[in-house]
Amino acid sequence: MLYAILCYNTENTVFSWSKEQEQKVMDDLHAVQEKHLKAKKLGPTARLMPTTAATTLRKGDTPLVLDGPYAETREQLLGFYIFDAANLEEVLAFARELGAVNPGGAYEIRPLHAFYPGTLETA
Amino acid sequence: MTDLAWINAAITSARPQAVGALLRYFRNLDTAEEAFQDACLRALRNWPANGPPRDPAAWLIMVGRNAGIDGARKRKRETELPDEDHISDTDDVETPLAERLDNADYRDDILRLLFVCCHAGLPNTQQIALALRIVSGLSVAQIASLFLVSDAAMEQRITRAKARIAADGAQFETPTAIERAERLAAVATMLYLVFTEGYAAANAREGETRAPLCEEAIRLTRLLLALFPSEAEIMGLLALMLLQHSRRTARFDANGAIVLLDDQDRTQWDHRAIGEGLALIDKAIRHRRPGPYQVQAAIAALHARAATPAETDWSEIALLYATLERLQPSPVVTLNRAVAVSKVDGPAAALALIEPLAKPLDSYFYFHGLKGMMLRDLGRDAEARAAFDRAISLAKSPAEAAHIRMHLDALASGKKSAPDLRAV
Repeated sequence: MLYAILCYNTENTVFSWSKEQEQKVMDDLHAVQEKHLKAKKLGPTARLMPTTAATTLRKGDTPLVLDGPYAETREQLLGFYIFDAANLEEVLAFARELGAVNPGGAYEIRPLHAFYPGTLETA
Repeated sequence: MTDLAWINAAITSARPQAVGALLRYFRNLDTAEEAFQDACLRALRNWPANGPPRDPAAWLIMVGRNAGIDGARKRKRETELPDEDHISDTDDVETPLAERLDNADYRDDILRLLFVCCHAGLPNTQQIALALRIVSGLSVAQIASLFLVSDAAMEQRITRAKARIAADGAQFETPTAIERAERLAAVATMLYLVFTEGYAAANAREGETRAPLCEEAIRLTRLLLALFPSEAEIMGLLALMLLQHSRRTARFDANGAIVLLDDQDRTQWDHRAIGEGLALIDKAIRHRRPGPYQVQAAIAALHARAATPAETDWSEIALLYATLERLQPSPVVTLNRAVAVSKVDGPAAALALIEPLAKPLDSYFYFHGLKGMMLRDLGRDAEARAAFDRAISLAKSPAEAAHIRMHLDALASGKKSAPDLRAV
């Protein structure tokens, strides 16, 4: 069974960490991941940019583009895509295509700070 | 890592919201700051024992408000309020408060707190010092060392600024849309001042000492954008700061001297910061409301996107400087446009653009440097030499002087191989 682990924290606090605090956390996380990478159990991991870099596409007959993260709590996170786009317009176009065939809800579009492909091999 | 480091980070991030709310309650900056200090002392005692609260800002506001009222009551010999142990453990008490904080008040509290620091009667340096003291919570000694002045001098500067604000009073009514926009613009200017104060370092040591100013400006601008997520100019401002700050390690050589943009090792640029800056510009462009910060960020982005100086999109940069000239006319902006024009249309067009600037920019190093290069390219060597001589006399760093000397040497040996000069 493949599992996703979704990371939540208070953004303001994380962005108030000192460089040393930040480095310590990153080093500790990489140390934890090391053995699972060697065992080819860990797939792609990503660090998202802050929510201030996010744009939200609210789906509907005329999809609405909103600044900022998806803030509603009525819907639940059901999945995600990683897409390589030259700019926001290109990824928005892809999200609109997806939205046209999958109505309801919204897509939050958040650029990545870092992406690690991992070592997981899928059949 | 110690509990204390995490508590400090939580307190730092909660500070603008908490002090902003306490300022609204007490309508006095000193009382608000004292109440917040009191709440922080209690947090240091309480949080390690009881665990950190779910919403540190709400906790600090509640405890700070009680402490402030308590202080006033003690002076009146009245009864005390319940202590914070009863607040931190009970979600029931915390939840409605957190929800109340989630509304627009919270946004206006932080904006007000930032705005009191931009008092028009205060000189720039006092505005910056005050913001770092009140909003960021840096100690007077920390701020003094960032500004390379004595603690006593900084203490005096901040005391004066506070007295000035107390005398004039702050606005506590909920601002109208127009007032909110005006406050936002003033706060943006002040935050960019904090940033440039950190960025304007003459050497690596100074750059390192002052980097926290840049980082703090970025943190506060991010906070402002989270509160006003659709403000294109705030997106532009944050992008501009991130793109400039991305060059911080490449801006100085091994000896600590400034390295000009064309000579910087671009692999040393912080590509994570560049990525965030580019993402923000993409968002801002969608609003089709160009402003000076967005245009400057777009120019910085074109430099950031070029893997080598030769790949820079100068015609786009020339267009953006023309836009900036319309939005915010200044001789320095025209001079920068001339640099881009020289790359696209050649030296004669650029020279025609900068000749009218001779008077306002007479004591500006880059004016004479550029003029010299344009004259040299047009084969007017004697005039070029005179302009380079004048530039050298105005150079503020060894790197600037060395560049001009290179041009002079090339002129003397009849070559035109020296690379171009551009502002950092």
